[in-house]
Amino acid sequence: MNRIASFWKKGKKALVPFVTAGFPKRDFTPEIVWGLADSGADMVELGIPFSDPLADGPTIQASSQIALQRGARLVDIFRMAEKTRAKIDIPLLLMGYYNPLFVYGLDKFCKDTSNAGVDGLIVPDLPMEEGAELSKTCRRQNLSLVYLIAPTTPPERISKIASASSDFSYCVSVTGVTGERKNMSAELKDFLLSVRMRTKKPFVVGFGISTPEQARQVAPHADGVAVGSALIKMFLEEKNQNTALRRACSLVAQMAGSLNGTG
Amino acid sequence: MKSASAVKNYRRPDARGHFGPYGGRFVPETLMSALFELEKEYAKARNDSQFQAEWKRVLTDYAGRPSPLFFAERASKELGFRLFLKREDLNHTGAHKINNVLGQVLLALRMGKKRIIAETGAGQHGLATATVCAKYGLECIVYMGEEDVHRQSANVYKMQLLGAKVVPVTSGSKTLKDAINETLRDWVTNVRTTFYVVGSVVGPHPYPMMVRDFQSIIGKEAKSQFFQRQKRLPDYLVACVGGGSNAIGLFYPFLKTKVAMIGVEAAGLGLSTNRHSATLTKGRPGVLHGSKSYLLQDSSGQVSPPHSISAGLDYPGVGPEHSFLKDSGRVEYVAVTDKKALEGFCFLSQTEGIIPALEPAHAIGYLLKARRRFAGCSVIFGLSGRGDKDMGIIQEHLKL
Repeated sequence: MNRIASFWKKGKKALVPFVTAGFPKRDFTPEIVWGLADSGADMVELGIPFSDPLADGPTIQASSQIALQRGARLVDIFRMAEKTRAKIDIPLLLMGYYNPLFVYGLDKFCKDTSNAGVDGLIVPDLPMEEGAELSKTCRRQNLSLVYLIAPTTPPERISKIASASSDFSYCVSVTGVTGERKNMSAELKDFLLSVRMRTKKPFVVGFGISTPEQARQVAPHADGVAVGSALIKMFLEEKNQNTALRRACSLVAQMAGSLNGTG
Repeated sequence: MKSASAVKNYRRPDARGHFGPYGGRFVPETLMSALFELEKEYAKARNDSQFQAEWKRVLTDYAGRPSPLFFAERASKELGFRLFLKREDLNHTGAHKINNVLGQVLLALRMGKKRIIAETGAGQHGLATATVCAKYGLECIVYMGEEDVHRQSANVYKMQLLGAKVVPVTSGSKTLKDAINETLRDWVTNVRTTFYVVGSVVGPHPYPMMVRDFQSIIGKEAKSQFFQRQKRLPDYLVACVGGGSNAIGLFYPFLKTKVAMIGVEAAGLGLSTNRHSATLTKGRPGVLHGSKSYLLQDSSGQVSPPHSISAGLDYPGVGPEHSFLKDSGRVEYVAVTDKKALEGFCFLSQTEGIIPALEPAHAIGYLLKARRRFAGCSVIFGLSGRGDKDMGIIQEHLKL
């Protein structure tokens, strides 16, 4: 059983922050993850920067561009993950577009991912129809492969995706790209109920969730929430990276509290 | 003389949109149901005689088809072989793009989608989309890289005149690649109401197949026009390849024959530099914009910025069917530089009085460069569009 499967046994809701690997600087990524873990993060997604991130909004796009300019490549990301893993035991996931993985070689990629202490993968441009090879390779390395479910996914397909996902699924809260949104979609609750009816496996909700209040609204209907752009934005806006990290940790602590009913 | 053998029983893509190891659907889950719906509707429309008849009617009455197959007598004398031009430059809006746009917009109407989005590089696809949307009263948004907005300003103005909204894209290399990213982001956001009119044989399944089918009118006409006159098939087909819709449109109806085919890519400042768009010549398999195909990329899988004097060829990817045809050896792919394209541009202008677009000028550049190879043969060249849109670039490079 990997760390992700073990986590769900606890029956706790997961707060899953997203961090672009190598942003704002390569050597600062482990510091960010440690800080967020101390503040209540239950799992962390490390984003692999890509030149053409078509599922991302301007905030994450900008952070990817900066990370790439500063030389963040897969080999560096494995080193960052390894260093991060040395001090914490929460599940770590890599989130990245398919091409860098494919070019690196799926077999080698999964081996190196697993050796770096990472527990799972999220690939936003890989629907289950194209995922057979990666899924097989992940199983060999005891990695979770987490597929996405969207509000446009038909009911019978929701069941198929949830069953193809290893330890949980990732529900996209809106039809759209990543980024903060002021209001939660009115359809979100119905969508999450529909997912709940079709799978016994856990699922987290991401895309557009940025405040403790939104986390509180979603909490009864999901097993966790992911937050990305709201955190990345702090590092884009704030020149002092330690100040940005303090702000990010504070948001994560508040959201973790909201999610588990103490905030 | 003939360098390739026929591919018997050519039936591609397979049911999941794969051309051998290429193609497929690599998109966010949000788009999957729209792609399934499109695939289903297109399958119905393909076999619907009413849909096909309406498409043929507008191709004839509105776009001006069939386009002529013109024997270029003076050019042929100079070159030492018989050169026939498939005149897509004479279509309404000045390029082959209108064939595909009319097909896709009719499909959008059939599906009840009133909001149309498109991307454009050189502006020809954007112009065709804006034109057809004006004809049918549809909202039209065209994404265009900021760099292309500047170098193709005449087409931008025309699109605006036709009532389209042109959105300059400032991310990445600010060219076609980034315009496609933005169009996909728009589609992910507005997928329930919006139809994405893809401009080439790229993108997730069913687009590469559907665009190929719509553009195959070029090859079907060329085949029958040539046969009527010569009572045989030509020896060679030659066409430029960016995304590759004009080339596949010409080639596809000939794939089961023994006619040799050559696709000409943009070598930009030279294949030994990294300033080119020669995807099939210098790229390797990868995934971009929803399908697996040859791709210009660095060793870590980041997409490399392409370069070509021609905005329409300035793209790091290529249609997945071309990747399959390259690997199978059925089609040969070569590349010529910006400089050679300019020579081709002048050659056709001055021997035949036909000013080509910079995209097909690459293919003419290759015919000039490799003229001995074709000695005594008959060659059909896909003249994909006219050169009006490129006058600004030409004036910068050629002082008369």
